[in-house]
Amino acid sequence: MKTLFVLASAALAMTAVTAQAKTFVYCSEASPEGFDPAPYTAGGTFDASAHPIFNRLTEFKKGTTEVEPGLAESWEVSEDGTEYTFKLRQGVKWHSNETFTPTRDFNADDVIFSYDRQGNAENPWHQYIPGITYEYYTSMAMPDLIKSVEKIDDYTVKFTLNQPEAPFLANIAMPFASIVSKEYADALDAAGTREDLNNLPIGTGPFKFVAYQKDAVIRYTKNTEYWGTPAIIDDLIFAITPDAAVRLQKLKAGECHLMPYPAPADIEAIRTDPNLTLEEQAGLNVGYLAYNTTQAPFDNPVVRKALNMAIDKNAIVDAVFQGAALPAKNPIPPTMWSYNDAVEDDAYDPEAAKAMLEEAGVTDLSMKIWAMPVQRPYMPNARRTAELMQEDLAQVGVEVEIISYEWGEYLAKSMEAGRDGAVMLGWTGDNGDPDNFLSVLLSCDSAGEGGANRAFWCNEEFSALLKDAKVTADPAERTALYEQAQVIFKEQAPWFTIAHSTQYVPMSNKVSGFKMSPLGDFTFETVDIAE
Amino acid sequence: MVRLILSKLLYLVPTFLGITIIAFSFVRILPGDPVLLMAGERGVTPERHAELSAQLGYDKSVVLQYFDFLWRLLQGDLGHSLVTKKPVMDEFLALFPATVELGLCAILLATLIGVPVGVLAAIKRGSWFDQVSMTTALVGFSMPIFWWGLLLIIFFSGILGWTPVSGRISLMYYFPDVTGFMLIDSLLSGQSGAFTSAVRHLILPSVVLATIPLAVIARQTRSAMLEVMGEDYVRTARAKGMPSRRVIGVHALRNAMIPVITTIGLQVGVLMAGAILTETIFSWPGIGKWMIDSIARRDYPVVQSGLLLVAALVMIVNLLVDLTYGLINPRIRNK
Repeated sequence: MKTLFVLASAALAMTAVTAQAKTFVYCSEASPEGFDPAPYTAGGTFDASAHPIFNRLTEFKKGTTEVEPGLAESWEVSEDGTEYTFKLRQGVKWHSNETFTPTRDFNADDVIFSYDRQGNAENPWHQYIPGITYEYYTSMAMPDLIKSVEKIDDYTVKFTLNQPEAPFLANIAMPFASIVSKEYADALDAAGTREDLNNLPIGTGPFKFVAYQKDAVIRYTKNTEYWGTPAIIDDLIFAITPDAAVRLQKLKAGECHLMPYPAPADIEAIRTDPNLTLEEQAGLNVGYLAYNTTQAPFDNPVVRKALNMAIDKNAIVDAVFQGAALPAKNPIPPTMWSYNDAVEDDAYDPEAAKAMLEEAGVTDLSMKIWAMPVQRPYMPNARRTAELMQEDLAQVGVEVEIISYEWGEYLAKSMEAGRDGAVMLGWTGDNGDPDNFLSVLLSCDSAGEGGANRAFWCNEEFSALLKDAKVTADPAERTALYEQAQVIFKEQAPWFTIAHSTQYVPMSNKVSGFKMSPLGDFTFETVDIAE
Repeated sequence: MVRLILSKLLYLVPTFLGITIIAFSFVRILPGDPVLLMAGERGVTPERHAELSAQLGYDKSVVLQYFDFLWRLLQGDLGHSLVTKKPVMDEFLALFPATVELGLCAILLATLIGVPVGVLAAIKRGSWFDQVSMTTALVGFSMPIFWWGLLLIIFFSGILGWTPVSGRISLMYYFPDVTGFMLIDSLLSGQSGAFTSAVRHLILPSVVLATIPLAVIARQTRSAMLEVMGEDYVRTARAKGMPSRRVIGVHALRNAMIPVITTIGLQVGVLMAGAILTETIFSWPGIGKWMIDSIARRDYPVVQSGLLLVAALVMIVNLLVDLTYGLINPRIRNK
């Protein structure tokens, strides 16, 4: 370890001498849980591990959710959509560190190893740290989906699936599917230091890991042998700064170049600061209020629609999001392909709503609205939102009681069958595929125990469309199916769709080339800093 | 003296056992569990929940879990973090020096300023100095740490640019952890400017963390001094014509120090509580922030073992304080 430090300090000292050396400092929000991307789920962890250090077979094109070749140069899909044959990129170099120098380039063995260790409980690396689990691999249904991963030759790998799965290429571009080095794992095994797979990562990505001081600083250096376009900056530093106000002060003082998640109240000040630039983008998320569609009178779509019409959505966007959101009419955000813009939102019309409720025979209705106790990317203040809904619904004679639980409890209780009341919650996309919103949140399959369909809404026609779309390879056909599904969603109104919140990234004026990711990732191989 | 130490040590055993129970139950009383929080909005099937709970060892009865925890503790095993999967002891040792460094600076600052201010206020009772300093102390005592820290950052780092905003040292310095204490390591590194940078980074967090203890110490010193100065022996000393400096410095102060030292000792607990907020604001990689993160994630092993370590630390400091009485006051020593 010490030699590593000496080497790295020498490297830093040398870069300090050469005037061109560029060090980019990112004031990150949270400490990474570890550097092996597979066992973790937090975005902040992936920003520190999967994105700078590793690559995947497929990658999301920077700034989009489009899938492009990564470590796989090309692929072929069988007629029935169950066999994917990947041609792997040749000449991809692994990083090296103090204890490990690779003797070979990336190849098929690494791919097999990276998947097998997650999916196969018998793999000796499955539990290389006691208690480790692969939550993304499991929750993306990979164990049920992947039948086998075979090596055809050193640079060809074949995945056989149990059923066709259109979002598969997007799924394997996700951080959990990062490719790790089999040779490094073998070396660690021999040395008896297996945890170092998680502590001293070796990848193929644009930056090499240098050191991590817990809860303080992560250091990376440019991978000069990178197979893709190499990074422009020479050194990348994450200065871990949990508090949003302090991050902003650091940015203003020039102690870092870019920060994530500014406090909503600071946005205006950032916008007017002549030394800062504020980039913004519609987030790949949705905030919603899910009715319990299995309980009367909320099992009646007319009642749900009436309630939706009684709530002033724009007032919520103005007051709670301070304008930093788009009012939502569909369950998926407008930045996502297949968004159906032809769908018309239920107009805010308390009079009509009242009439509809009366017609449906609903009088003196009282209901509960659940408000999350925490701030989420899709909802800055659930309590305030619930209060606005309460006022609006009182106008049409519906009495609302607002309830809340501690976050863990909230997540669990809101999924209990027979839940009393409508639940506020939201979702942030994992891979840019509409299936990742619609199937996870609204299908019949996810309406049961352990699912995430908190409206318990099971519409056969809607679910059939999703199932068809999932096994259809043609994007145009899939788009048509999802567009149709959104029409059914709007007619049936299992949710009151609240908003798609805007993401903001403040940065120094000196920074150029940063590409905001719709998935909320922070990656730095394209950034440059002016001296 | 040996007897005193032994009797104090004996007290520690039941206290420590009590703390293990509190530390163990505290995190389990909180609603929510680590598996649910990890799953987030996505949810988790009951089967998967049971499987994960079993893997983490939380499917057993709470009593069994407690004895398991105790048994491992006796073997020196504090368990692994559920989140980072690293041994709790390793994480603690990596972060502890940062907290100690900050805590020591804060308590030094609080004592070096608090005691003289308290003494002076007592001597000049009713003067403008007394009134101003004690009012300031009251304000300091009521200061919301989070707001105060942010205010200082905005003023001194943002507007004046005198101090760095946060962190332990400028990012341009990079050297291995030898002791974990940045002031020492920066000197050992031999890099010019590193030590100065470390000191500059310590100023604001130390001031913020010292604020409440400083106020308490100043007020306590003042009232202890006033009490002692009304005693017969002080009056006698004065009547004998002893110089005022000697009366105050030797006769009064020494006796007034007993409650003051107790107060300083008790401030260690206050410091640990203050460290949680101070460390979060100043991005200080210490155990205060570590504990808060772990509570939020229901990282049971870290919370229970972390609490235990912190409690043990407070106990040891209090023991040392008790022993200091013996050094200052022969009557306690010989009891």
